[in-house]
Amino acid sequence: MDDNLIIRGIEFKSRLWVGTGKYKDFEETRKAVEASGTDVVTVAVRRINIIDRKSENLLDYIDPKKYKILPNTAGCYTVEDALRYSRLAREAGISDLIKLEVIGDEKTLFPDTWGLLKATEILAKEGFIVLPYTNDDPVMAKRLEDAGAAAVMPLGAPIGSGLGIRNPYNIKIILEIVKLPVIVDAGVGTASDATVAMELGCDAVLINTGIAGAKDPIAMAEAMKHAVIAGRLAYKAGRISKKLYATASSPIEGML
Amino acid sequence: MRLTVNGEIIEKSNAGTVMELLDELQIEPLQVAVEVNLSIIRKADYSTFRLNDGDKVEIVKFVGGG
Repeated sequence: MDDNLIIRGIEFKSRLWVGTGKYKDFEETRKAVEASGTDVVTVAVRRINIIDRKSENLLDYIDPKKYKILPNTAGCYTVEDALRYSRLAREAGISDLIKLEVIGDEKTLFPDTWGLLKATEILAKEGFIVLPYTNDDPVMAKRLEDAGAAAVMPLGAPIGSGLGIRNPYNIKIILEIVKLPVIVDAGVGTASDATVAMELGCDAVLINTGIAGAKDPIAMAEAMKHAVIAGRLAYKAGRISKKLYATASSPIEGML
Repeated sequence: MRLTVNGEIIEKSNAGTVMELLDELQIEPLQVAVEVNLSIIRKADYSTFRLNDGDKVEIVKFVGGG
């Protein structure tokens, strides 16, 4: 049976979403994205270098017909910049999807949730499908939902830190509090982190550095693919409850 | 005509329209977005939108990102 994630009518076949930053070259990006089995990749919006223009483009390697392109507003520290980048992204692309980032601090890259909320409200009114990158804060997640977000993307840990899901309890509460899809964005360092996120009941996981920064990004992309599938299956299967003492798996009856 | 494109000054541009500027810079218009003096120019308007001396133009595309 299909277990696809649907956000505002857009169907995502993969619950692993992959970023395209930090790879050695476009060829490695292409191979890692392919190995991950994803159908959605994030991209950034940047100036074309008009002096020394390389002829190659990311989208020559990542076919927009095959993958959903999710532009981000990475690097934006103000509401105005985030709006500007979002609008440019929509014009450059083919959809209303935006992974909204309003960054509040250079060192941690934690979101400026005040600005994030304002930008979400404005962009949602302009018809964007807003996926805000936010803290693992249940109250803020609810506010983003009320402001018109299409999903919420709480961080597991700081971007690129590889620290995993630092506050699984908050993620759990977010899942209870909002009706929107919850996609863990940032912090996933290895396969088990992705599995934990999915076992909690998250709808998807977005990974960039955890794959691109691995010694073998293509192998890690495949590992993350299986990790997300395993976590999702385990969540749906319903785990056993934790108990302090043993319960034997083999019957007593028939023993000598 | 003098234009500022992506922060670089182009002293002698012959581009009368956005489309002509993209041609001049050999930029494929399909997967870019263009802003002139902070206003986004729709793709459908590239060949009719007139550029003026001193305009500040931004041309962006998608790059790898998370």
